[in-house]
Amino acid sequence: MTTREVSYKELIFDAALKAYEDAGVNPRRDVESFVCSSEDFYEGTSIFDEYVPDQIGGALKPVCTIAADGMYSLATAYMQILTGLFDVVAVEAHSKASDIVNISSIYDLALDPVYVRPLGLNANFIAGLEMNAFLHSSGTSLRHCTEIIEKNRKNAVSNPLAMNSGHGPLTRTRLSYPLAAEDVAPLADGAAVVVLAAEDAARNLRDDPVWINGVGWASDSPNLETRDWGKATYAALAGKQAYRLAKITNPADEVDVAEIDDTYSFKELQHAEALGLASGRRAHEMLEQGVFDLDGELPINPSGGSIGMGHTLEMSGLVRVIEVVQQLRGSAGKHQVVGDVETGLAQTWRGVPTASGAVVVLSR
Amino acid sequence: MHVKKRVAVVGAGMTKFMRRAHETGKELAFEAAKQALDSAEMRIQDVDSVALGSAPDAFDGVHMKGEYLLDGAGGWQKPYSRNFVGGGTGVFSAIHGWWHVASGLFDTCLVVAEEKMSSCLPHPQTAFLTIFDNMIERPLGPNLIWIFALEMQRYMQRHKIPKEQIAQVAVKNKRNALDHPCAQIARAATLQDILTSEVLAWPVQRLDISPVSDGACAVLLASEDVARKITDSPVWISGVGWNLDTTYWTNRDLYFPRYVANAARMAYDMAGVTNPRRQIDFAEPYDPFDYKELHHMEGLLLCRKGEAPKLTAEGVTERDGKLPICPSGGLLGVGNPIAAAGLMKICELFWQLRGEAGKRQVAGDPRTAVAQAWGDLMQIGTVVVMQG
Amino acid sequence: MPTEPPGKGLREEDLEHHNVITVTYQPTAKYSWATGVAIGRFLNGLKEGEILGTKCDECGRIAVPPRIFCEWCFRRTTTWVKLPDTGTVNTFSISYIATDTTRLKTPTIPAVIEIDTAGHAGFLHIVGEARPEEVKIGMRVKAVWADPEVRKGSITDIRYFRPIR
Repeated sequence: MTTREVSYKELIFDAALKAYEDAGVNPRRDVESFVCSSEDFYEGTSIFDEYVPDQIGGALKPVCTIAADGMYSLATAYMQILTGLFDVVAVEAHSKASDIVNISSIYDLALDPVYVRPLGLNANFIAGLEMNAFLHSSGTSLRHCTEIIEKNRKNAVSNPLAMNSGHGPLTRTRLSYPLAAEDVAPLADGAAVVVLAAEDAARNLRDDPVWINGVGWASDSPNLETRDWGKATYAALAGKQAYRLAKITNPADEVDVAEIDDTYSFKELQHAEALGLASGRRAHEMLEQGVFDLDGELPINPSGGSIGMGHTLEMSGLVRVIEVVQQLRGSAGKHQVVGDVETGLAQTWRGVPTASGAVVVLSR
Repeated sequence: MHVKKRVAVVGAGMTKFMRRAHETGKELAFEAAKQALDSAEMRIQDVDSVALGSAPDAFDGVHMKGEYLLDGAGGWQKPYSRNFVGGGTGVFSAIHGWWHVASGLFDTCLVVAEEKMSSCLPHPQTAFLTIFDNMIERPLGPNLIWIFALEMQRYMQRHKIPKEQIAQVAVKNKRNALDHPCAQIARAATLQDILTSEVLAWPVQRLDISPVSDGACAVLLASEDVARKITDSPVWISGVGWNLDTTYWTNRDLYFPRYVANAARMAYDMAGVTNPRRQIDFAEPYDPFDYKELHHMEGLLLCRKGEAPKLTAEGVTERDGKLPICPSGGLLGVGNPIAAAGLMKICELFWQLRGEAGKRQVAGDPRTAVAQAWGDLMQIGTVVVMQG
Repeated sequence: MPTEPPGKGLREEDLEHHNVITVTYQPTAKYSWATGVAIGRFLNGLKEGEILGTKCDECGRIAVPPRIFCEWCFRRTTTWVKLPDTGTVNTFSISYIATDTTRLKTPTIPAVIEIDTAGHAGFLHIVGEARPEEVKIGMRVKAVWADPEVRKGSITDIRYFRPIR
């Protein structure tokens, strides 16, 4: 949704209050470090990290900014705790997409200024190229992509946090062939704060902490000219690192629920394969068999993903994590995955034109 | 507190600092990264993770510029991330790299800091308009220099510091930088040169400032076991600290950087430094303006509030003095490609503590040193203590 | 330590004489920021010729510019206070450069103005109707407002602060 009546600081303050209450901490007293995510051009302010501490309770404390998706900040907080330096660290990310008048001109600014920008194409073309390559190499069809949209929109109806802006029968409005406008997750505003704690501290705060078993992040080539177009190599590498730490050898079997990036519909299938969630088969086959449905063997994006909830720019990784936490706690209400939900996977991608993303493995 | 793993700097490299580099940001990052690797006789394949620091995207005109720079920085198909804390970024990058290794998650981390300010037209300084509050400050038409001038004024007034004592810092650092091969603005300036330079925003004059610059630095970090295999003289990161004050800088007294003191205490605690004035052999505080060196010396608890100008006047902070400050020549002498400038100080600590600083070498076999960077709206202090 | 560090510096002439190929781009990044509850009300207050602040019910601190939270107590602030339009100069500068670095003939005098009754809280503004040499830290100043018809809910609804003589 858009949030024109509150400023970004006020949006973040609300999320922070909720998170600290959920964790049972007073940030001024108990939170020892704060890690925030932001990118200047999404905010319209340079050195945006100047503007982060007050609304999260971090004034005059160790606060830093990672210029990446919130999941990277979560991995950073995880590393900070593992050093032994801190016991409790808070992570923040947000999206005030409604403050941006024309998002396309911002995406443009991320394109290589010498090789790509002069071509004068809307940045979505990159997703179009990638979609074409993926459909071709994987045998995925446009119909499968439409099914992803339908699945995620349906899941989102049961999610009170979702924007639910996509309605009615699905057409495919040409955008950047084969990409259709409906394949693109609509932008949304929001703010998220997550509190991490070292084991002893965590057990003191909650009876049911959700554990981080593994984290991973990786970047493939930033240059369009030198990357593997069909595969999401960054997701495979990030997954590999996270699985190694989490001691997961067979993700398709061991992961009970997954929240993965679907900024563009086809990405969900591409990421599922890269993350090993399709057991070496084609993700579209599993989709057809209903494996990824809310009541399937390996539900993917029970929250509705970005397609159903809305795409919250650099916050989307934390949205994925928060959903997995809810699922593992059994508190996801109408979109709760039924059965034994012990291990969850959250994954994020930084969007065009990047080939970067992160993965977190969580369990209860 | 018990830190999981000891971390050492095992290699360092940097490019020249230049007003306008021919090299692109990617190329600058590569040159520094390659040097750091070569100095440790390591290849990029041997590196587990990469951490980059770079300040505003507005200079390069590239959104998400961390992504754009990653191939030059060695991040291809590796865990790669970018930290961004304004002017504090350079020193903070070493901290960002530090927890990659200290957490036990990685054995090595290549830390790269890059800045290409010259791309911004008509002048990189114009990009700084956008650091001010979008709603209640930008409409006033501020210039970046204003905030330095406002802070400098407050500091000078509070301690009744004559301009001459401040200008002395610029003289010292520009002279020190004559011995730094990468220096952009080294010169044998006189006090008169500084004091008669053009007034920009009183009390700031042109030669009080370190100007716009392009450049890159890199250091290679390794865990203890790996470090000892790479080199006989690893330099340990024994303390890290960082602290961010409230955004509302107009609600604070700018005469003392309390956030630098907080960051310093955090780092000194970790490093077991209980008496910084005695135990620190030399320091590289952040000196984008001459008064900042003094402001930060006090913030780093190396002297009492208001005492830094006197120590400078007495020659204590000269390279052959009792407490050398900015033996490298600092930003005032070497240059100020924002993030790279901060990491340059880490490189300096590395070379000095190994006795490899050549003509800049501080005598007396220094063992413990501190590097510090600063930035945002007079808000962040980032501090690293290193021990040879 | 590199004895021959890499890096090739260019001079202005290299660009002027096209010795190197350059690529130019003009970004168009436009934003419409939601001022939100606190700043929205503050700006409305300025439009009405008033300086507003918020007060924390726990520590009693007055915040100007106002915010809906006290960052020290980390709790919501709901109390609004009307503040006088007089204050004290906390620090100032005499600036001869504009935002785009061009030189100004008549200097601008930016200052942090501590608003009366708000402790040491204040905001950035300009000092006007003053000769540079007479501006001092601790000087008492009063807001000079723009005419009501032209005020639009901006920090510039206060034209500047002038010395109270």
